[in-house]
Amino acid sequence: MSDQLDQMIARVRKGAMTRREFVGRTTAMGVSAALAGALFTKAAHAEEPKKGGVIRIGMQGGESTNSLDPALAASEVPFQVNMTWGEMLVDVNPDGTIDHRIAEEVSSSSDATEWKFKIRAGVEFHDGKTVTADDVIATLKRHTDEKSQSGALGIVQGITEMKAEGDMVTLKLNAANADLPYLMADYHLMIQPGGGVDNPAAGIGAGPYKVVVNEPGVRHTFVKHANYFDSSIGHADEVEILVINDNTARTAALQSGQVHMINRVDPKIVELLKGVPGVQIRAVPGRGHYVFIMHVDKAPFDNNDLRMALKLAINRQEQVDKILGGLGSRGNDFPINSAYPFFDDSIEQREYDAAKAAEFYKKSGHDGSPIILATAPGAFPGAVDAANLFAASAKAAGIPLEVKLEPDDGYWSNVWNVAPFCASYWGGRPVQDQMYSTAYLSTAEWNDTKFKNAKFDELLLAARGELDAAKRKGQYSEMAHILRDEGGLILPMFNDFVSGVSETVGGWIDDPNGELMNGRAQVRCWLNA
Amino acid sequence: MHPVLKLVVQRIALGLLLLLAVSAVIFLGVEALPGDTAQAILGQQATPEALANLREQMGLDQPALSRYFSWLGGVLQGDLGTALTNKADIAQSIGQRLGNTLFLAGCAAAISVPLAILLGVIAARYAGRWPDKVISGVTLTTISLPEFVAAYFVIFLLTQVIPIFQPVAMVFPGMSFWAKLHAVALPVIVLVLVVLAHMMRMTRAAILNVMQSAYIETAELKGLSPMQVVWRHAFPNAIAPVVSVVMLNLAYLVVGVVVVEVVFGYNALGQYLVDHVTKRDVPVVQAVGLIFAAVYIFLNMAADIIAIVANPRLRHPK
Repeated sequence: MSDQLDQMIARVRKGAMTRREFVGRTTAMGVSAALAGALFTKAAHAEEPKKGGVIRIGMQGGESTNSLDPALAASEVPFQVNMTWGEMLVDVNPDGTIDHRIAEEVSSSSDATEWKFKIRAGVEFHDGKTVTADDVIATLKRHTDEKSQSGALGIVQGITEMKAEGDMVTLKLNAANADLPYLMADYHLMIQPGGGVDNPAAGIGAGPYKVVVNEPGVRHTFVKHANYFDSSIGHADEVEILVINDNTARTAALQSGQVHMINRVDPKIVELLKGVPGVQIRAVPGRGHYVFIMHVDKAPFDNNDLRMALKLAINRQEQVDKILGGLGSRGNDFPINSAYPFFDDSIEQREYDAAKAAEFYKKSGHDGSPIILATAPGAFPGAVDAANLFAASAKAAGIPLEVKLEPDDGYWSNVWNVAPFCASYWGGRPVQDQMYSTAYLSTAEWNDTKFKNAKFDELLLAARGELDAAKRKGQYSEMAHILRDEGGLILPMFNDFVSGVSETVGGWIDDPNGELMNGRAQVRCWLNA
Repeated sequence: MHPVLKLVVQRIALGLLLLLAVSAVIFLGVEALPGDTAQAILGQQATPEALANLREQMGLDQPALSRYFSWLGGVLQGDLGTALTNKADIAQSIGQRLGNTLFLAGCAAAISVPLAILLGVIAARYAGRWPDKVISGVTLTTISLPEFVAAYFVIFLLTQVIPIFQPVAMVFPGMSFWAKLHAVALPVIVLVLVVLAHMMRMTRAAILNVMQSAYIETAELKGLSPMQVVWRHAFPNAIAPVVSVVMLNLAYLVVGVVVVEVVFGYNALGQYLVDHVTKRDVPVVQAVGLIFAAVYIFLNMAADIIAIVANPRLRHPK
């Protein structure tokens, strides 16, 4: 028995076995559950990080049009690349707490309108300069300038005053915001020397690795930043990120050992890959979700009964099983799931109910003309299949849903935000406030369902400054109910991040904040071989 | 002036005019595509203000005609400009990728052209007999496979079953020549499979055509061996059609292999062009389009000139 146990402990050390599997198997061997749990913890922690080597990641989501300017990052590869050379004020831990990076302390005034960030002493940029409070402020200022085209513009817009005193950065907000530290963890807000104003795409930051080669759409290579302030991460000597957009080639590269990790494993082949020796599949529940969005201000979607009919006419379980290969969870028509703080898990799950959908459809008085749902292969992975499944389940409820196939090229400019009913996706945000403020507030720039509800707005603004956790949870719950029952959002599924990881990789932790350990797998993992 | 020289000068002048026309057509084509660079960059995040800002910054608020002519002015002075999307210097980005494109095309051509001609000659020599049937059957099968199917097949066979090559074929400066050859082995195999049949069939047909001539019969009656007849007497007169189809395939190897590039993650011009078309990055699309057009024009010109040089009647017109 001890041989078997040793073997299993070895597998745990490699990260090849989950806690559940380990406890299940060891208790089957007669070990008590409590002892098994303790053994697992010991085994998982006994693994010492190994230093050295070159970690290679093969990724989808890179184009030759990418830039190193963190303000412009919008796809997976630039995100991962920036997380390699850059460092933010704070990051978010897998458990949802704040991870202090350049800011070693964060505190707020009692009304959450003024926040102080204490800058860690002796953090060094790659060019040898020390990170100062002025660099932090210059960085934030650059992102508030519309000309920077920063993806974080909406996040920093609420800051009315920035002040540096010694090692202290003080930010004053135009309204209370209890989530400000989470906003500062946005991946665009990499601290750059002098704010990166002179050369935003220089790739010089305070992160664990220095940029060596930057060939957008091909590969990015890095070498360890010797003076990085945190010795507990950054184990490999070098990091290489290869852009392999083709699914088959990416998978083959992992199987043949050319890379150690890949992102975006096609759900269709996950079962097949599970049998491949040396390769593990990591399906991590996250906040990203696939959606069908209706413009609530355009006929026939301005009729809430019709919207409700469509919400009831989609078979969510079928979508999760067939589109995500089971690697995901059902959505409930509001963009929040259990990966968010203050999530109310008592909200009833909406089920597929053809009879009730037919009832609502009849009540809506719709004339029976085809309801057009626009979709494209690139709207989200499997979007065309998902739309066809939706049309089929709606047909069973007597709703004339018709799928219109659009080309990928130009989808985001010609169809999304233009067609009144189309397929889309969201990547999720670290906190509820940010998700709702981005797309569901009446005045939100990306309000892609044209949802305008005074009560909802009022609750959102009140919750934003609310420091009482119980009260805040109640407010978010009420908002979820409003959106779920009146909004233009049909949210059938939350997708997992599915990555393929070689067994030689140690230190993997499932992180719901983003793909590949929230962009830091190459920094936090090490190579055992 | 020697007629051949005159022809070359004429063709070059015509080629330059053609390039100018091509640049205008590409510009119009990209303009006609729905959406512009600003929209493509901002994508799901496009708000009216952000769009207006970005357009102004990229100069997209200028009328199309003045944008075209300012681009043309730059090109005539040897300045290809910078990409709208990531502000990278286009000439520099293209330089390395063009080198990679030519390296891959060169490797594939170095194997496929001699092989195709050799197989064509053998097939012609044994026309209608089993060597001909085997050669034709195999090459026609490989040309009938879509490139990506052939690519996945060789990936499976040569990286998983017999793991001797890498599925990802990126090459970088600083790699040794042999390391580069090893890296591109799989795409080269696929490209050879794809272009072989066309050139082989044309060689075979051209030789068989010449074999009907009376002078071939004379050569046979002289007692030459069949292979000597083919090499010494038939093949030289079949060069013109063979060269033109070889040039066509070379052009394809340079400009038409984007699918193979994508499957093997090969960092060459095709993928670069497609990325920038998606983002409506006009200066890059123009620059790459011009290079591709120039390759086509040059290779066609070369085919014509070789055909003339190879034909005494055209070489010495009365």
